[in-house]
Amino acid sequence: MAHAYTPGLRVAERATLRRRRTLPIPGEVLVQVGDRVRSQTVVARTHLPGKVHLVNVVNQLGITAAEIRRFMKAGEGDRVEQGQSLAENRPLIRWFQTRVPAPITGTVESVSEVTGQVLLREPPQPLELMAYVDGRVVETIPGQGATIETDCALVQGIFGAGGEAAGEIAMGAGGPDEALTPGRMGAELGGKIVVGGAYADGATLRRAAQIGVRALVVGGIDAGDLTDLLGYDLGVAITGTEPIGFTLILTEGFGRIAMAQRTFDLLARFRGQAACCSGATQIRAGVIRPEVIVPYTGADGAAPVAAPGARGGLAAGDPIRLIREPYFGVMATVADLPHELGKIPTESSVRVLRAKLPDGTVVTVPRANVEIIET
Amino acid sequence: MPPDLDVILATDCGSTTTKAILIERRGAVYRQTVRGEAPTTVEAPFEDVTRGVLNAVQEVEELSGRTLLDGERIITPAAGSSGVDLYVSTSSAGGGLQMMVAGVVKAMTAESAQRCALGAGAIVMDVLASNDGRLGHEKIERIRQLRPDMLLLSGGTDGGTVSHVVELAEYIAAADPRPRLGLGYRLPLIFAGNRDAVPEVERILKDRVGLEVTENIRPVLERENLRPARHKIHDLFLEHVMAQAPGYRKLMTWTGAPIMPTPAAVGLIMETLARRRGLHVIGVDIGGATTDVFSVFDGVFNRTVSANLGMSYSVSNVLVEAGLPAVARWVPCGLPEGDLRNRIKNKMVRPTTIPQTLEDLHLEQALAREALRLALEQHRQLAVGLRGIQQDRTISDAFAQVTTGQSLIDLLKVNLIIGSGGILSHAPRRVQSLLMMLDAFQPLGITQMAVDSIFMMPHLGVLSTVHEKAALDVFEHDCLVPLGTAVAPIGQGREGEPCLAYCMAMPDGREVRDRIAAGEIRVHPLPAGETARAVLEPARGMDLGAGRGRSVEADLTGGAVGVVLDARGRPLDLPADDGRRIAALKRWAASLSLYPE
Repeated sequence: MAHAYTPGLRVAERATLRRRRTLPIPGEVLVQVGDRVRSQTVVARTHLPGKVHLVNVVNQLGITAAEIRRFMKAGEGDRVEQGQSLAENRPLIRWFQTRVPAPITGTVESVSEVTGQVLLREPPQPLELMAYVDGRVVETIPGQGATIETDCALVQGIFGAGGEAAGEIAMGAGGPDEALTPGRMGAELGGKIVVGGAYADGATLRRAAQIGVRALVVGGIDAGDLTDLLGYDLGVAITGTEPIGFTLILTEGFGRIAMAQRTFDLLARFRGQAACCSGATQIRAGVIRPEVIVPYTGADGAAPVAAPGARGGLAAGDPIRLIREPYFGVMATVADLPHELGKIPTESSVRVLRAKLPDGTVVTVPRANVEIIET
Repeated sequence: MPPDLDVILATDCGSTTTKAILIERRGAVYRQTVRGEAPTTVEAPFEDVTRGVLNAVQEVEELSGRTLLDGERIITPAAGSSGVDLYVSTSSAGGGLQMMVAGVVKAMTAESAQRCALGAGAIVMDVLASNDGRLGHEKIERIRQLRPDMLLLSGGTDGGTVSHVVELAEYIAAADPRPRLGLGYRLPLIFAGNRDAVPEVERILKDRVGLEVTENIRPVLERENLRPARHKIHDLFLEHVMAQAPGYRKLMTWTGAPIMPTPAAVGLIMETLARRRGLHVIGVDIGGATTDVFSVFDGVFNRTVSANLGMSYSVSNVLVEAGLPAVARWVPCGLPEGDLRNRIKNKMVRPTTIPQTLEDLHLEQALAREALRLALEQHRQLAVGLRGIQQDRTISDAFAQVTTGQSLIDLLKVNLIIGSGGILSHAPRRVQSLLMMLDAFQPLGITQMAVDSIFMMPHLGVLSTVHEKAALDVFEHDCLVPLGTAVAPIGQGREGEPCLAYCMAMPDGREVRDRIAAGEIRVHPLPAGETARAVLEPARGMDLGAGRGRSVEADLTGGAVGVVLDARGRPLDLPADDGRRIAALKRWAASLSLYPE
């Protein structure tokens, strides 16, 4: 292939983003194109079908399935209250009558003359869909939702857990290479999006949940602590609904890795400002990255940078992050892009590049093991 | 009579890469001559699979010097130095075909439905059965949660009970399942159960799903009839699933044979090879997210997909399913547990990275061993004789407790193991691929081992539906890289005690006469295409398939590695003590020249 590199994570001082918000099943869209919305504005709503309950009427009445309709007191579409008689027999002596009460309040969905079962459905549950970001509605999708455009700063992480959250940004560490510790997590950080430095250990994660932070953004955590946090060992990187008490976003990966200076500096600039974030991650089939979005409220700051288009490939001078041992997490620049394949210590011959480290050393790494720093 | 073809073009549209190969007739034999590849273009911004196909074909055009494209059209037929006589393709783009299956009895019709779907190339997301332990509302909730591309409903032998399969139809209707692709198209559902239930199933489901009825996959308990349903799955796959995926309608008009799901095509070429050569074969394809295992034993083909075992996207799941001790036992250096866990999770979130250090290579190959082992275990459980059938039993059968549902996979009987997928096909040293498969599968007796050179099995599988000879010629000459033959006696000898004595008549006239002790592994180089006649004498208590202590004479075929004599024991138990275990791993690695010094 002509080019093979790992696309990078975005860390943009100013960008125009669009976020498509859609309901899981058809519903009602409540906004129009041009409307200004806040992150908590309800843009669409629907009703999720209620849970289904099965009642084996024929077993309870001792009849055959073909006879069921003769004994039913309610039919398809009828609403029933919990305890109400769904079906009953009519013996000569009323003393021996058997009634089948409805186990729930709901609607009779079907009566089967083959299986002898009755399906009852609970009332539908309302579902509201929030805008997630402050911005403007640029598109509505009839029956489904809307697309919101926002002018913002964006920080993408490599992995996250937990869903969407909103709050003010607060700095928990003094620098990108400092660990976030329980001692630094005072109660005043409750309700905030807390930005750490390099690392948070298990005790810090527990403290975060305890004081009620909305989100924690750090360079890395240990995989073992993630298992403790989730209550299970994560097998596949598809997240976003974990009930861990807050949203977690890792900017670098697993282990003790300094947050990239640029990422730390950008978030520190927005200390005290309202932001929203999402821990949802999906590594394949439509990649989703966890993110922190800080909407711009005024006209300050740099001009918006459009999302990077399809890149033509790496070039000398490009800033990169090395993302595999023995240089995991190290920031570098592309020094050279040899055409010929290079042999690496495993003896594989692969496409390589030469990268210049911060101390001036030049090393050879597989092109597959670098990440572009996108703006 | 196969068509007269001189030049064939074949593509495979994978999840990330579209690969194209050119096959040309050279005299009486077909050979793969050129290959090219390009990123698959199913997702944004392109959203048209044919773009990736054209890019891959363009690379083949440039490398071959043969004009293949006229604008955006593949030139057919071949004439002079342009065009091809046939273009075929396979696809697993968009995650492949994902199905949910349901049957009445878990070990009977539900299991048959699972085999049917897997054999058609699908990933089976869940198997529902009336007796699977889940309550009715739990089944309904599960159906609602999943977003399959297609459903297969079976159950009841013809003329038997209808109520259970009708109940399953009612659950499906209540769940109102939504398809993965395309809001607004009817989810296809194939009913392949008791024909007496058809009217009721139609009444319940015809307005909710795209219902298709076909022959019962288990018309009587003693017989599976999977072919009609498999064909239906394939037809619906093309018509619905692929047609929804961007660009496939166009691609379907280009090909000279129906597009096949990639795993179905891989299975087909393995089945063809096994049938033609009269072999018992195990094939494995270990990818980034899934591991497919294929087998052909006594002419019976089986395929399983371990949908959550793989080397990149699913690599953390290998750790979850195997457990850390099982993975760590293969790593010949003392990496701390926390470090191991972090490295694996980092690979999960950055799946396209490759190992640069030897330590990382050790870890990845350890994970591969566990993924392969677990995948074969899952395959063994599904590739079984039919359960629930009446058997004529003799007195000795009754004493032997021979039950139905025995696994068809016999590691003593297997003649050939073929490995495929990046970690096997592109290992830095071929002996690493051989040892990964040997450690994971632990074949018994004498077994040939091979790898797929560049993953062209899908191309050859779909080609075999049109021209079997061309497909097999290329498979045997260009696709398969023979690694050699493994010889592994069954039994556990005491370390250092004699295990096997052998005498090999090498093709250059030398005679190699030696012994190997229990606990050791040794390689004798023997090039591909060469054979050594061997007399193998297992020690008392060890068995090469002819009985304990009984000698065996066999022709051992060569390969990139040669003849590997594995006296480490079957089953293979690594020392529990870390120090002894690491020492053993290092000793074996040195004996095989497994890694650079």
